[in-house]
Amino acid sequence: MCGATRAGVSTDGVDLAAEAVIQGVVTREGEPVGTAYVRLLDSAGEFTAEAPTSATGQFRFFARPGAWTVRTLAPGADPVDRLVTAATGEVAELQISVG
Amino acid sequence: MSRSAVLVDADWVEAHLDDANVVLVEVDEDTAAYDKNHIRGAVRIDWKQDLQDQVRRDFVNKEQFESLLSQKGIGNDDTVVLYGGNNNWFAAYAYWYFKLYGHQDVKLLDGGRKKWELDSRELVPEIADRAATTYTASEQDRGIRAFRDEVEAAIGQKNLVDVRSPDEFAGRLLAPAHLPQEQAQRPGHIPTAANIPWSQAANDDGTFKSDGDLTTLYADKGVDLSKDTIAYCRIGERSAHTWFVLHEILGQPNVKNYDGSWTEWGSLVGVPIELGDS
Repeated sequence: MCGATRAGVSTDGVDLAAEAVIQGVVTREGEPVGTAYVRLLDSAGEFTAEAPTSATGQFRFFARPGAWTVRTLAPGADPVDRLVTAATGEVAELQISVG
Repeated sequence: MSRSAVLVDADWVEAHLDDANVVLVEVDEDTAAYDKNHIRGAVRIDWKQDLQDQVRRDFVNKEQFESLLSQKGIGNDDTVVLYGGNNNWFAAYAYWYFKLYGHQDVKLLDGGRKKWELDSRELVPEIADRAATTYTASEQDRGIRAFRDEVEAAIGQKNLVDVRSPDEFAGRLLAPAHLPQEQAQRPGHIPTAANIPWSQAANDDGTFKSDGDLTTLYADKGVDLSKDTIAYCRIGERSAHTWFVLHEILGQPNVKNYDGSWTEWGSLVGVPIELGDS
């Protein structure tokens, strides 16, 4: 299964010391988008995991350390790609704005 | 089979939403997604509760499957259209399962729930009320289900396609990270298997790639399409997606899904295992 959960940005209950977290929020004109799909692609561009955003536009992945591309698909918008580096014990936060 | 016989698009579904003999069935990795909303009229099948024996490691038997479909209001002559999230992966598993028990007319909604949502099509929270039926299943079609002895005999003889992620194939991971899961005792892959992650068969929006792209995908990884093929993953659901591609879309005649998959193979005493990338 994919290493993604539908979750908020709060990291309560997550053992951050052991995880390389990539998370964020998807917005359109400042409002959260709860109907987006966020895809995690590895450094070769291969699909690894996908998460639907929560009602508050949030998503989270537990990744392996390294370089990733986060691709966001939302209704009526072009895909948005963001490069991000994940590291164990850290949370990479993304603010993703879709058109 | 061919693509047009096994896949329908969203326009087709919208045009047939009110057909009495068309039953939409949502089968999702996230079984709670249905509770939020779903395509109007759709019923839900829970892959874990409804399709697995709750004591033994096996599928529900013929009588249990008949009871499930009867209760869901699905008749033998109905057109069943399955859809779900994550590139239809559990919907494809359910498709294979319906074929295992002999349902004739079953299709996947190309792109599944994701494309439906990205297209901003209607989703409703109301639960469909379908009258119960008396469903009669066939005996399991063992022509599409492989067991461990057949898999061992296939090493070096048939195509073995391991559709897990490269890290699982190489033995660096036993499963995708950070989910509660069954753990095999040993990591790695079955010798001679080609590693072709299941998701490479789908576009970003969850629709299947073109026949040409799919054929190239498997051929480039050394799958000899003139030979019989067995696909496996960790618990047999991702490989059902690949079975769908090879058997239903590309029309390969002898393709089986090994649903025991890595959680069985990696726990067997004495079977060969390889480590490392392909």
